Amino acid sequence: MTTDGRPNGHAGGNGQPPKPLHSPLGLLAELTHRCPLGCPYCSNPLEMDKRESELDAAAWARVFREAAALGVLQVHLSGGEPASRRDLVDIMAAACDAGLYTNLITSGVGVTEERLRELVDAGLDHVQISIQDSEPKSADLIAGYAGAYARKRALAAAVAALKLPLTVNIVIHRANITRIDELVAMALDMGASRVEIAHVQYYGWALKNRAALMPTRQQVEDAVGRIEPLRKQHHGRIVIDAVVPDYYARFPKPCVGGWGRRSLNVTPAGRVLPCHAAESIPGLEFWSVKDHSLREIWERNPAFNAFRGTAFLPEPCRSCERREIDFGGCRCQAFALTGDARAADPVCHLSPHHHVVERQAAIQEDAAYVYRRL
Amino acid sequence: MSSPAAPPSILPDARPRLPRGVRLVHNEAQGGWMLLAPERVFKADQIAAEIVRRCTGEASFAAIVDDLADTFGAPRERVEADVAALLQGLADKKLLEL
Repeated sequence: MTTDGRPNGHAGGNGQPPKPLHSPLGLLAELTHRCPLGCPYCSNPLEMDKRESELDAAAWARVFREAAALGVLQVHLSGGEPASRRDLVDIMAAACDAGLYTNLITSGVGVTEERLRELVDAGLDHVQISIQDSEPKSADLIAGYAGAYARKRALAAAVAALKLPLTVNIVIHRANITRIDELVAMALDMGASRVEIAHVQYYGWALKNRAALMPTRQQVEDAVGRIEPLRKQHHGRIVIDAVVPDYYARFPKPCVGGWGRRSLNVTPAGRVLPCHAAESIPGLEFWSVKDHSLREIWERNPAFNAFRGTAFLPEPCRSCERREIDFGGCRCQAFALTGDARAADPVCHLSPHHHVVERQAAIQEDAAYVYRRL
Repeated sequence: MSSPAAPPSILPDARPRLPRGVRLVHNEAQGGWMLLAPERVFKADQIAAEIVRRCTGEASFAAIVDDLADTFGAPRERVEADVAALLQGLADKKLLEL
């Protein structure tokens, strides 16, 4: 993969796109914010799009065609729970017709076997099922939905029976972090060829529930230390991808591979974002597919150009040798923790605000979850 | 990846193929051949693409090596080692079935 990040213009500049610009590889299509589950770390924003504002299937079909023309190769049909849309099969068919590799990201609740078969007939390439824990009771408590665990397992069995490739996504936090081995074993048992061990990222709902989700440093070290032995143990049987626990990292993550660089996100109502949390940054105006083509937005929306490249970065990032690796980290996190979206991501130990992360990581409370609700 | 350092050996009559959910596409906007897999995308250089294109599940490993050695006029032993290394690497990432 090419990894060059090119410095370029700032928000509110002359609107000229930097040249040459990368083509995006992936599109996250948030078909709806409706979801039967209430996971306290949901990546949806606190202010969610209402059903009445959702794009219809014809609009999604146009978005997919424009995405393919822009160079997008993979589309992730997500939500909320995408199966909350009655026209999900039509939307899937449109994505496949556009020539895109299709990935269904589902809670597993609401996709019947019959519907799964229809989705496969429409051309569905891959399924990702999230599951909250390997202990059914704990899993249902985290999801805020009785019986969720059993339904997820049932859908996974149906996916396996249709010989469709399956990824199991497990978000890791204090309630399940001591069970990394069991979680990987569960993913294998579900028939997954890939498992994501994804430590919570603290945005939106997770930020609201941070103290209830935060593990201890020792728990994080133990959990991270299990990944390599598990990869060796299950070599060739399952791919284990790990998302690092931000607050205990030394360096920040190159969020979504860099702002406006490799991926874009379309909200249920049609606003186009560089990442799902981007609307948490005030002062950025995000354009809608109702008013602009995807290409126009990718190339000309000032919000996309606001943090492209590295030229906007202050010190200590500006002179840092890692600036083309992590682009100073995540803009949303920089804003959430410092109030300045241009600042170094305070996860970085070199950030002058790193003490904020250390202080927050030390706060763990067994409080009841604030469940995500529309 | 964490594969052991031993040189990969693939049986001559193995018939490598891309598993369901993995496909090779050519895309101008991305500048060439791309291998698409579950939630992952890999850029394939010209040589990798020539190898992967032949992994149809019909051609044997030996036939693929013969074909490549012939097509590119390269020594068969060298081609065999290169192809085996590439295919084993893909199989380790579950991007190929042997």
